[in-house]
This record gives sequence, C-alpha cells and structure tokens, in this order.
Amino acid sequence: MIIQFYIYPLDWLGELFNSFYNIVLTFAFVLGAISLFQVHGKKIIAQTSGWGYNLVLLVSLTVTLIFGLFVFPEKGQPVDAGTAFDWIFNNIFTPLCSTTYSLLAFYIASASFRAFRARSAQATVLLVTAFLVMLFRVPLGEYIWHSLPWVGQFDITAFIDDWIMGGFNAAGQRAIMLGASVGLVSISLKILLGIEVSYLGGND
Amino acid sequence: MENAPAFSDMIGMWTGVCLSMCIFSFLYKDNPFYKLAEHIFVGVSAGYWMCIGYWQVIYPDLIQRLQGGDWRYLIAAVLGIMLLMRIFPKCAWMERWPLAFMVGIFAGYNIVYTMQAQILKQIEATVLPLWGTGSWQTACINLIVLAGVLTGLMYFYFSREHDNSLWGKSARLGVWILMISFGAAFGYTVMARMSLFIGRVMFFQDVWRATVQFFGGS
Repeated sequence: MIIQFYIYPLDWLGELFNSFYNIVLTFAFVLGAISLFQVHGKKIIAQTSGWGYNLVLLVSLTVTLIFGLFVFPEKGQPVDAGTAFDWIFNNIFTPLCSTTYSLLAFYIASASFRAFRARSAQATVLLVTAFLVMLFRVPLGEYIWHSLPWVGQFDITAFIDDWIMGGFNAAGQRAIMLGASVGLVSISLKILLGIEVSYLGGND
Repeated sequence: MENAPAFSDMIGMWTGVCLSMCIFSFLYKDNPFYKLAEHIFVGVSAGYWMCIGYWQVIYPDLIQRLQGGDWRYLIAAVLGIMLLMRIFPKCAWMERWPLAFMVGIFAGYNIVYTMQAQILKQIEATVLPLWGTGSWQTACINLIVLAGVLTGLMYFYFSREHDNSLWGKSARLGVWILMISFGAAFGYTVMARMSLFIGRVMFFQDVWRATVQFFGGS
C-alpha cells in the first residue's frame, strides 16, 4: 500500500489489495452470522433461561438471509427495491434502528442531568456550551432569545455557529483528531515493523 | 385527496409501529416486548449486512470476476475461506493469515492516507492568516482555532509534566478549549437524537393518518 502510493504506475496494486481487503472483510460478516448460529443454537438446545428469544433471533436472521440471498424477483437481485428483503428493510430494520437510536435521547438527557452538575468552572463551561447549542440552534430557542429585552438584538445563532462551533469546537475536535491520527500512524508503523503483534494473539 | 394506502402497506407500517412501541416500552422498564424487538433487531441486522455484503462485494468483486477469468481473485477467496476456518478449532490457526493480511493493508493504508488526509489537511486548515482577513471576527476565530489546537495538543502530550511552567499553563488552557468542544459535541449529539425521536413521532402520526384514509376517512 505504501509503495503503490509513491509509485503511480503501481496504483492497480493498491486497488487490487483494497478489493481483496473488502472481500475478506465481507467474509467476516459470514463468520459473524455463523457465530450467531453457534452461540444461540447452543442456548436453544440447552433450553437455557430465555431461549425463546434466541430462537426469535435465529428465525429473524434465517428469514432475512433467505429473502436476501435466495428469493429473486422477476428481474434483478433479491436486495432490489420492491422485494421482500426491501420490505424487511423498510418495515423492520429501519423502524428498529431509528427507534433504538432515538431511545438514547432520553438516556442522554437523564445522564446529563446527573453528570452536568456545575461542580467546577470547567464543568460549568461544558454545561453552558451544551445548553447554548441545544437551546439556540432550534427555532424555538431563537424565538425565545429574540423576544428577550436588551440581549434579543444580538444574533445568537451566528455566535454559536461561528464562534462556538467554528472556533472552539473546531479547535478541540481538531486537536483530538490530530492526536488520534498521530497515534494511528505510530501504531501502524509498530505493526509493520513487527513491534506490535498482539493482533495475532501474541504478546506485544 | 391522496390515494388510500394498500393493505400490504398498512401491514408494513403497523409492523414498524408495533416494533417501535416495543422498543419504547423500555422507557418504563426492561420487559419481554423490548427483549423480543431487541432480538429481532439483532437477527435482522446481521442478516441484512450479510446480504448487502454478498450482493455489493462478494458477488460483483469475487464471483463475477472469477467467472470472467480473473484468477487473481482466487487469493481473496482463499483468504476469506481461511478466515471462516476459525469455526473449526483444529484449523483455527488458519485465520491468522487473512487477519495478518487485513492488518497489513490497514497499517499501510493508514500510514500514507491518514498522514495525507487527516494530519496534513488538518494542519493546513489550522494554520490560517491572523491579519488582513477582511474582518476582525475572522481573525479572532482563526486565532482561537490555532491557539486551541496547539494548547489541546499540549494537553494530550503526557511525556512532560503539566507543572506551573508556560507548558503546563498552556495545557490547562487546552483543557478549557476541550471542555467547550465536549459541551458543543454533547449538545449536538442530544439534538441529533431528539431529531430522530421527533422523526419517530412523525412516523406514528403518518401511520395514523394513513390508517384513517384506509378506512375511508379524510
């Protein structure tokens, strides 16, 4: 990968290896499905507590696999729009996915209620920033702000967008990203030089 | 007036509503309906990603290429099968080869592309003019970004003690910048989740309207 980056005529090698990488990665999905069958199958056979849920999981996995791999429409592939697999995606997968993530709204709110107590000056800054971003980047917050006397003339949305999000937030996120990227490059070098071998199950 | 939805659409919509309500029931407490929906979610997700992986990667990039006579892809097929050998304890050692291949690709890719796309581009976006930018606001924001990134990185450098020197003071300033950043990121995440929740409530509203239409209402 490094050589093909520097020697342009070898870029086909990079594309080939990338393609190999994606194929092997997809085989990992197959491995995941097989592991699910093994783990949950054992629980069903042993009839451990709540084995009915394991059965539901395996049935839903099997049904999705059957419709996604073997039930072909008149024209096209089983995963195309309008197929049974597409029905599963639209009416089961998407609602479950969206609802599970939207459920986090309540838990983040309750967690923040406990965590965001202004115990120190730094915690207060975090609290105030989160409050500003949550309240004044929505129409209701803007309406409340502009109906306030004296301060209502100040453009709070532009302040949050330009100064907080574009200034302080960009700086903090960039510092984190730069630190993480330097770490990623150094761990990659350690792997290539054989210093880091723990991914093979050995000691580092 | 819009056309009344078909019966099959109604079945689909109400399946989505029932499953969503099962998930939301967790707000009360853990219960069998939530567990049922949770297990359906895991099973359908695993199946979904496997099918998508097959039709978007394995079929076009492996099967079709092999059918077309590109035998180089046999290497990928062999590596993939070696990865699956993990399920047989006696042959589990074979999975080390594809794993080493993937880690090697990942490491090589990261060295060049992370360096180019993450590190150099981020530095380029940080080192901005502080004078003659046209407005004092832009100059101030550029200064905040530059100082924020530098002090933030100083905070993450743990090989030197954060004492009372200029280095330590700068690192402490970095903590303040990071706190503002965490607050903004938290607020943003909460709003994104709230937006998803509003989307779900609107979905319920749409299903209700469609149901009324289905039964001949307006």
